[in-house]
Amino acid sequence: MELLGYYNYWVFAVVLCLGLYTVITRNNLIKKLLGLSIFQSAVFLLYITMDKVDGGTAPIIQKGVSDPIFSNPLPQVLILTAIVVGVSTTALGLAIVVRIKESYGSIEEDDILARDSEL
Amino acid sequence: MTILFAVFLLSLLVIIAVAIIRAENLFVALMLTTIFSLLMATNFFILDAADVALTEAAIGAGITTVIFLGALALTSEHEKPFVAVPWLALPVVAVTAALLIFASFDNPRLGDPEAPIHQHVVPWYLEQTPKLVDIPNVVTAILGSFRAFDTLGEVFVIFAACIGVLFLLSARKPSETRCTAPASVGLSQHLIPKVAGRFILPFIILFGFYVQFHGDFGPGGGFQAGAIVATGLILFALLEGEERALRAFPRWIMMAMAAGGALLYALVGVAGIAMGGKFLDYSVLSSDPIAGQHLGILLIEAGVGITVCGSLLLIFHAFAARESF
Repeated sequence: MELLGYYNYWVFAVVLCLGLYTVITRNNLIKKLLGLSIFQSAVFLLYITMDKVDGGTAPIIQKGVSDPIFSNPLPQVLILTAIVVGVSTTALGLAIVVRIKESYGSIEEDDILARDSEL
Repeated sequence: MTILFAVFLLSLLVIIAVAIIRAENLFVALMLTTIFSLLMATNFFILDAADVALTEAAIGAGITTVIFLGALALTSEHEKPFVAVPWLALPVVAVTAALLIFASFDNPRLGDPEAPIHQHVVPWYLEQTPKLVDIPNVVTAILGSFRAFDTLGEVFVIFAACIGVLFLLSARKPSETRCTAPASVGLSQHLIPKVAGRFILPFIILFGFYVQFHGDFGPGGGFQAGAIVATGLILFALLEGEERALRAFPRWIMMAMAAGGALLYALVGVAGIAMGGKFLDYSVLSSDPIAGQHLGILLIEAGVGITVCGSLLLIFHAFAARESF
């Protein structure tokens, strides 16, 4: 049971590395971006894991509840904004991918490199 | 019991991540990513982060999927079967994972109240929120008041990313962009999406406004509300087609929203200086410092919501209007 307390960290490590593996090995640019968003989600999971307090609840103050235990609100604030920024930057990446497709006719990295070396 | 449920959900997360990597059809991979996001949102909720769960569900599962779909429509949904995986990749990734797992034993276990992260500044936030800001949701108090400067930066990052997408995708003249025949527009021939979509659309928008204005008291706020309202308007565009959506909600309104929201946020900060306080100090906005805090948070949350909604809509329409190559 004691070891289960670390399970979140292990899932973080595995999911992070799965994302990293996708970015390294896949040639397709959209697949790379999907891998990047998996990587990003893993980091979110790490932060949110740290906010949990035993017996705690979401940090919303209620009148008439004496000595409430709250989970840590700070990582939540950081990750909340990071998620929205994440989607904007992903959209920027996708826009670049669309332009690459229009210029090179492909979104596979090896095709693009091959066309670059022809020039 | 909860911990077993959490372990189940987390294990599912790993399985889905593996499935995303193995899927050769990008459309399938994208749908799996949506499931991944929803699972992640559930995990956040179990970990007491209700605000973050709401954001992840609205953005990760909703908006991200739509934007990826827009990009897939402009590229191709099939991944070229790969020939050779670099042999070094697997060992490098495996060693990284092993090191991270090894390092995890130095972390405080999940839920440890003695963990360093709970000792430093957070007790102060929890103690002072009722006295200084007096709104129930501490997350909103930190986001909107204590760390408002941070949030201002995030809003401008979103605005900048939106401008970047517009620069990249509207390089050609608007007349050259796609103009689909009215008959094939949207999902209007499909009965079930049309009826169901029209039915839930007003409720999505209403829920968005609820999340916006209830953010002081419960989970919610500008980031989530902007995304939810944008989801509703994107659903309208999917149902009725690009052209009618732009007639109902023209592009200049979205641009005004994206810029105006960020401007409103910054102006609230400047108003603080003008009225004798510091940048983004809301206490001086009203004769009563607490009322000033309430007013300031209301205004900046509105600014955040407007910018997020406008930017996400602009990004969606930039992809949707791009001519298929």
